[in-house]
Amino acid sequence: MTASHYRRNALIFVLILSLFTVLVSALSAGAGSDVIATSFIKTLGKTLCLALVAIAMDLIWGYAGILSLGHFAFFALGGYMIGMWLMYERTKDIVTQSLNQATIPPTDQEIIDGIGTQIFGVVGSNEFPVIWMFADSLIAQALLVILVPALLAYLFGWFAFRSRVTGVYLSILTQAFTLALSLYLFQNESGLRGNNGLSGLQNLPYVDANQDLVSLWFFWASAVALGLGYLGASYVVSGKFGSVMRAIRDNEARVRFLGYKVETYKLAVFVGTAIIAAIAGALYYPQAGIVNPAEMAPIASIYLAVWVAIGGRGRLYGSVIGAIIVSLLSTWFTGGQAPDLSFGVFTLKWVDWWQVLLGVSFVLVTLYAPKGIGGLFDLLSRRGPSS
Amino acid sequence: MRTLLEVVGLSVSFDGFKAINNLSFDIRPAELRAVIGPNGAGKTTFMDIVTGKTKPDHGSVLWGEKSVNLVGLDEAEIAQAGIGRKFQKPTVFEDQTVFENLLMSLSSKRDVWSVFTYRRTEADCASVDKLALDIGLGDDLHRVAGELSHGQKQWLEIGMLLAQDPKLLLVDEPAAGMTPEEREKTTAILVEAAKTRAVVVVEHDMEFVRRLNCRVTVLHEGSVLAEGSLDHVTSNQEVIDVYLGR
Amino acid sequence: MMCSGEGLLASPINEVLGAHRDTILKSSRKSIGPAITALAESGLRSAEVTLEIWRDKDMWYRASDDKFYRVEGDDVFDLASGQRIATFVKDEYKQIKPNSGVRAIISSALVGFHLNSTDRDKRLAAIKSIQRNPKPEYLLTLKASIAEESDAYLLDIKSQLLQILTIQYGTTPQNRIAAIEAVSRSLSLDIRAALNPILATELRLGDAIPEGANLVRILTPGTDGFPVKTAYDMLVKQKLATPIPTKAEVLTALEDNIDAARVGDVPVAQLFDPEKRLEAYEVLQKQGLAPKRPSEAEVLSAVNSYIFYEQYLEENAAVTEAAKKALRSIETKVNLFRTVDLGLDALSLASIYFLAAIGLAITFGVMGVINMAHGEFIMMGAYTGYVIQQIIPDHTISIIVAVPVAFVVTFGAGVAMERLVIRWLYNRPLETLLATFGISIALQQIAKNIFGTQARPLTSPEWLGGSWVINDVVSISYIRIAIFAMALLFFAVFLFIIKRSRLGLETRAVTQNPAMASAMGINPDRVNMLTFGLGSGVAGIAGVAIGLFAKVTSEMGNDYIVQSFMSVVVGGVGNIWGALAGATLVGFMQKGIEWFNPSNTLAAQTYMILFVIIFIQFRPRGIIALKGRAAGD
Repeated sequence: MTASHYRRNALIFVLILSLFTVLVSALSAGAGSDVIATSFIKTLGKTLCLALVAIAMDLIWGYAGILSLGHFAFFALGGYMIGMWLMYERTKDIVTQSLNQATIPPTDQEIIDGIGTQIFGVVGSNEFPVIWMFADSLIAQALLVILVPALLAYLFGWFAFRSRVTGVYLSILTQAFTLALSLYLFQNESGLRGNNGLSGLQNLPYVDANQDLVSLWFFWASAVALGLGYLGASYVVSGKFGSVMRAIRDNEARVRFLGYKVETYKLAVFVGTAIIAAIAGALYYPQAGIVNPAEMAPIASIYLAVWVAIGGRGRLYGSVIGAIIVSLLSTWFTGGQAPDLSFGVFTLKWVDWWQVLLGVSFVLVTLYAPKGIGGLFDLLSRRGPSS
Repeated sequence: MRTLLEVVGLSVSFDGFKAINNLSFDIRPAELRAVIGPNGAGKTTFMDIVTGKTKPDHGSVLWGEKSVNLVGLDEAEIAQAGIGRKFQKPTVFEDQTVFENLLMSLSSKRDVWSVFTYRRTEADCASVDKLALDIGLGDDLHRVAGELSHGQKQWLEIGMLLAQDPKLLLVDEPAAGMTPEEREKTTAILVEAAKTRAVVVVEHDMEFVRRLNCRVTVLHEGSVLAEGSLDHVTSNQEVIDVYLGR
Repeated sequence: MMCSGEGLLASPINEVLGAHRDTILKSSRKSIGPAITALAESGLRSAEVTLEIWRDKDMWYRASDDKFYRVEGDDVFDLASGQRIATFVKDEYKQIKPNSGVRAIISSALVGFHLNSTDRDKRLAAIKSIQRNPKPEYLLTLKASIAEESDAYLLDIKSQLLQILTIQYGTTPQNRIAAIEAVSRSLSLDIRAALNPILATELRLGDAIPEGANLVRILTPGTDGFPVKTAYDMLVKQKLATPIPTKAEVLTALEDNIDAARVGDVPVAQLFDPEKRLEAYEVLQKQGLAPKRPSEAEVLSAVNSYIFYEQYLEENAAVTEAAKKALRSIETKVNLFRTVDLGLDALSLASIYFLAAIGLAITFGVMGVINMAHGEFIMMGAYTGYVIQQIIPDHTISIIVAVPVAFVVTFGAGVAMERLVIRWLYNRPLETLLATFGISIALQQIAKNIFGTQARPLTSPEWLGGSWVINDVVSISYIRIAIFAMALLFFAVFLFIIKRSRLGLETRAVTQNPAMASAMGINPDRVNMLTFGLGSGVAGIAGVAIGLFAKVTSEMGNDYIVQSFMSVVVGGVGNIWGALAGATLVGFMQKGIEWFNPSNTLAAQTYMILFVIIFIQFRPRGIIALKGRAAGD
């Protein structure tokens, strides 16, 4: 696919996304209409974030050929980092208000103790761990959204790529890394409330707006992030860097003999996509309301790969389509909205069988449609197989 | 003139099998050299060592004016130092166009940031156009490499090597699987390339080597058996024994 | 006991009882002591029976002859001989009704008798009762009973109990020290429990250290983790100082005295500042509206006018010294055995990982096929075991049946998977990973739909139930020994299959060069199918083994899949030895890390994985690496 195709696709994508955003906004409760419920706005906003992380996954897997089973960990970490600020400020708001009811105004220490008890009471503590030292600053936590996942990705990638671990080995290592991270966060000692995770993130501190509006804001933010992410990714893959990425995917030894330091490129892509994933997560979890270590279990990262595979990897729009379709279908089926199928003696409950269907369809896609849904677009645009 | 590449006392063994055994020889700048030898003589392993793919047990590979030892550098560093390599099987990036293949190979800054911020320039496009003409792919610039014929892929790969503008070109069996016309063209490309840089061709096909009309090094069991013109080495009794199996 | 030489009329037992007639009739817990002691120490053989009769409220007093008798139904019996001597007439007799306090004293006196009982169970019960409730008075009885003890096991625990009693209640410090030194090589928990109270300490304060106090150390307030606050609190507790009002008390005092938005001249709005709060409180205190709040200097001077020291509750320094030494030596030994125990734990964990990983070593290591559904094959095997136990109730037979059936089931599943999915994906390892992952989530959900989310038990046969106890520190359950043996067996079997059998030869041939192998008349399709089936079948058997001690759930595969992959990768892909080495390393590492931080197995797993990631840096091909060009790039 040439640069001009990428430009065209990116323009079409941004156009569709804008139309979609405007349409949904107009029909939302936040805009005074009641066609689309607020909960569904949240679902759509979250889906856009998932589409963004799917782009990151497509970059690293579809373009650079590294099947990372760890990018959902960066996604969740992004959520944790912004969640710390949201939870701290929100709790501070509540604690201050409740203490101000008292006849005597509270001391600063009393407020901090109050916040500590509110947040860490569930893990039997009221002390603030060191990692919460910047929790009162939105700017600092927003920077940490990028820095923490980037640093982790850098350290892990540096070790893994330097030893030239490739292919399935690397996938297993990334999976192990994710497992290690989630197990770590499951501990109360991690300072992030163990298996309780961070909660109440849907409330914006100090903002006197109802959820109808807040959810709409986040929906817009997610749409903007996705649009920018798509444009950025389009720019990268259409240029020389994208050329090198695909070359590494297809024959990394050859790329080395051309004089490119493959390890550095992989590291750059790994870290860069980790940052995209983290930003997506930082927008997703305020809409979900809660982030906990179960979110970053290895299985989540594998689902991410599933979306990209079903959508068609090596195509940016493919990954977006895959993420949107599969995650919305998942919500629909597991939410119990899908009608059960009755076969007389046996009633098929979608809540129970959706997972099976997903697993099987995944096998089928891998076997019979390796290009995924995106492959259909190739056929439609009569452009033959080339990515 | 000084030597460009000097191989000194190189040895490497795999599980006790000595693939290269105290190998020493040197190559001058702008020299065309053919390396021949029976199977298992160590021709490919020699290339692997020079390009950094395999680490030797002993010996050194000295490079250029300053006699830098290449042993211990990685593949990318060696390639950046000016050694290009063409594999036995054509290895081009089949998913990408001829243009993209050549542009990626074009001599330029290879670090992540420079590549990330790279904008296509008129000069680079012109260089790619010229290279494509040289290797006879001028009309195929925007075709995907995977669609090219076997011979065209070989030329594309040679073109990618030339794009790197290396001082030394290591070419592994370039004529394998080519039609006679394609061979002739390949010979021409190589001979032309050798005018400005050193080219080492590993080849089985004596006819092809004869056409290159250059100095020949015969490898056997990992060391140099004979060196000289093709006529000189083919009249060497030892060489005849090795090739005919005694 | 029933046939006694004691005469009917001149019964010595009645003489003893008669001597304490009044207290017995009164039956008060406070005064009964001498009567029971006299009876217990009378040396009469009928004393035990009499005590039992008394305790069971069967003893009656006949005023007419001033004697005690046993009454049962309408019959009156002599206490000593047990002969029936009269018919019960209600008016003539008075029942002795000991209350529960008296009965307890009788019972404890009886323990001494039971220690010498001819009935072994009675003796054991008596020993247990002393262990539960040690008292100084048992010391002599126990000592005496040891001489007559014939049962080796009872002798053993009696001796140990004697040591414990001596340590606690020995008459002279020399006795106690001797007993302490005698047990300093024991590992028994009871011994440790007996030694620890000797070293119990107490914080005290006073004007000076009392003469001859068995001192641990003198504490300086404000140092050695002994803050001034703690010292002052001690003073307050002993009413030697006035308490410091807590923050809450200060706050309440301030709240109670708000007057026109001011407290003690300080505006309420300024009271967010802790300094201002104290200022306001000061004013209140001066006005007598709040209790005094001692200043820091006052606190310090109060604390400094006393000496604080830590003292052993045990007064004799030689005894505490001996106990300390004994505990140290015991500690050393205990640590040594703990290490052994840890080693056994690690070995059994390694066996489990090996069982889980060996199937992977075949499919992933030998064939290069990554099977993310491997964990689900383990789960399938475990559920097969569960289903068979529902059909065959006998646990031994059901396990014997379950092993081959689980193998057959998972072998079939593996072959089906290879035929339907994997063979289309050879040379596309990443796709294989994802496709098998799809199978994995489908299988998990199907299992969940069939068996539900709650854990199903897989009961091990009774003979595997117990554990092999080496001493109080080291023990290992038989089930773990069985799993270890099973791992060894599997290792041998698979080594044989790969190295010696036709299938192994063909597998290796197909792995190294499929084209050449098929040219030699080997059917690679068949070999791949069988090898994959074999690897899956082993996972099924491993599932039965794992199910015996872990919960069988639809997600149990997840618990083993990562560790199994680690084992294979760390050990070195491509051979069974590698899986063995990898599982051993992973198992021992995990237990080792747990040892440093025993409360936290989650952290152990985290560090374990980090270790593996770093390990790969130095041995990218694993511990047992294939060498040379064959290893490929």
